Amino acid sequence: MSHASLTCRELVELVSDYLDLALTDTQRARVEAHLEWCGDCTRYVDQMRRTIVALGLLRPAPPDPATITVVLEAWRQSERR
Amino acid sequence: MTEAEQPNQGQEWAEADEAQLLEGLRRGDGQAFITLVERYHGTLVRLAMSFVGSRATAEDVAQETWLGVLRGLPTFEGRSSLKTWIFRILTNRAKTRGAREGRSIPFSDMWTLEQEPGETAVAPEHFQGANDPEPGHWRQAPSTWAAAPVDRVLSAELRDTIEAAIAELPASQQSVITLRDLEGWSALETCNILQISESNQRVLLHRARARVRRAIERYVQAAEEAT
Repeated sequence: MSHASLTCRELVELVSDYLDLALTDTQRARVEAHLEWCGDCTRYVDQMRRTIVALGLLRPAPPDPATITVVLEAWRQSERR
Repeated sequence: MTEAEQPNQGQEWAEADEAQLLEGLRRGDGQAFITLVERYHGTLVRLAMSFVGSRATAEDVAQETWLGVLRGLPTFEGRSSLKTWIFRILTNRAKTRGAREGRSIPFSDMWTLEQEPGETAVAPEHFQGANDPEPGHWRQAPSTWAAAPVDRVLSAELRDTIEAAIAELPASQQSVITLRDLEGWSALETCNILQISESNQRVLLHRARARVRRAIERYVQAAEEAT
């Protein structure tokens, strides 16, 4: 990667790794330097952060109680050896 | 041996770690097995949905997985964690079922990066071009998303929007975002279960998140225009 500062277009490709703390120190520093002056990208990073939070709020549907019955019966059958 | 022989075990089992569960399973303790099913079944179904066409089929695959776990338990050597083992069984079965349904589930690292090399997080037209005043910078400021409390309370409509976006993801992206962001599991676990490289996992997660963000963006824009 060049030493020139990041464009917004380049930065958006790094946001996922940035939020996961998966960037190298150098890359992270470049992202943060850009975010210091770029309000647009700051908003984008915020959108992405909130997207990830929203995903974590999706609760799975509770397991069908019939499932427990079915697999437990299979367990009992397998235990009767 | 019945589960009725262990009074007040419910709470203890709920907090049991893998080693304890495995020991219980090997002892033939039904409560250990119930705990395992309660702990992982929902996630098994969610992950299966990445590969198959319907929730009913995903449920089917998850049940088959438990049967596979029971059959395989006597010879499970513990080289991987119990969780990784269970979810690998699920992944293989779900992919097989998906293929049988005619859903193409190519999953090799090479396929993912070669078939979709150009997928960007944000479409190029949102940025200024070479002849514009600030090449590479946003044409328009991204929204603040003030019109919808996206990360606090999900309205039914927003929930549906996000779930629809996830359902439309390619299997490789959907499975990664399911384990990483819906379940909150680590990159390492995800890579072990799906048997993909760490770098591939990051690319898939990046693209999946970008697509979901776009779906939320459209939703919020519609909400903004309605006010």
